[in-house]
Amino acid sequence: MKIEEYHERTLDLDGWKVNLTSYRLETEWHAKADNVSPGATLCRTTGASREEAEQKALKRAEELLGRTRRHAV
Amino acid sequence: MAEYAHPEALVSTDWVSQHGKDPNVRVVEVDVDTKAYNEAHVPGAIAWAWNTQLCDTVRRDILSQEQFEALMAGSGVTPETTLVIYGDNNNWFAAWAFWQAKIYGHKDVRLMNGGRKKWLAEGRDVATELPHVTPTAYHAKPADFALRAFLPAVQKASAEHSAALVDVRSPQEFTGEILAPPGLPETCQRGGHIPGARSIPWGKACNDDGTFKTADELRALYGHEGVDGAKPVIAYCRIGERSSHTWFVLKYLLGFDNVTNYDGSWTEWGNLVAAPVAKGAAA
Repeated sequence: MKIEEYHERTLDLDGWKVNLTSYRLETEWHAKADNVSPGATLCRTTGASREEAEQKALKRAEELLGRTRRHAV
Repeated sequence: MAEYAHPEALVSTDWVSQHGKDPNVRVVEVDVDTKAYNEAHVPGAIAWAWNTQLCDTVRRDILSQEQFEALMAGSGVTPETTLVIYGDNNNWFAAWAFWQAKIYGHKDVRLMNGGRKKWLAEGRDVATELPHVTPTAYHAKPADFALRAFLPAVQKASAEHSAALVDVRSPQEFTGEILAPPGLPETCQRGGHIPGARSIPWGKACNDDGTFKTADELRALYGHEGVDGAKPVIAYCRIGERSSHTWFVLKYLLGFDNVTNYDGSWTEWGNLVAAPVAKGAAA
């Protein structure tokens, strides 16, 4: 068994940089969103297509990032 | 990899592909996201969960010697085993496991350069089944706390500039703009950094594919911030795993003699009553 069609891209989500990784494992697509800085995994999702898995990941990541409070420095 | 001070502490994905199932080798995946292993892993690899198997689950601490011995024995590891550790987030918690293995004197521990990310990106074989493990008897050495910084040493370093403090969190955590990595729960009462610390985010030590930068690049990165090994170094982050990564870089790739990981990190310092806190960018 191999990971196939591995792809990574960085995008802006709710003012935060997010790294979105997706790939196919046999018939199932997997996606993972992480916050680029520092790089922690925000969520991991699956779907029947790359688009479905990525959309689920982005939705969940947006929910989590929306809770992040910025403080005055 | 010959230019690193201790190149034997790293193996490539190619090496793991060829030797991962050798009888004297145990490959272990340690992820931040503990579900990742179940999705797919290096064939033959076992997993350790950082939040249940690599810490004391009652008090906040690393494993005791007895707990470490039980983990190794249950993992089929002997003191002579070549322990190869890898994980997600460019080996964050793999480095945490490496650090604890060194505290308890395991001789041959290595990180897989590039971690889980590189293995997957290269389209290598993966597995979902759990390997059969035959338990062993394992006797660890007493803890070597020369690798670990406790609060009093950090307070002294901050007050007397007796050691270089390296904050490896993101710049926004360092300044105090955010109290935790974006999207993760806040775990401290105050934001900012330990007075005197330099901001050198852990990820600057890595290439895009997750592998470590060259020794020359690393020396320049830390040297630019005055961290050259001339005096002791204390690395810290939020809970101690990202700083384990930097501890590994400084000690094993650059060969600094006196490097400690302050695993209390910001979740200790940022919750201390009356502790001095610096805000904003480093002076």
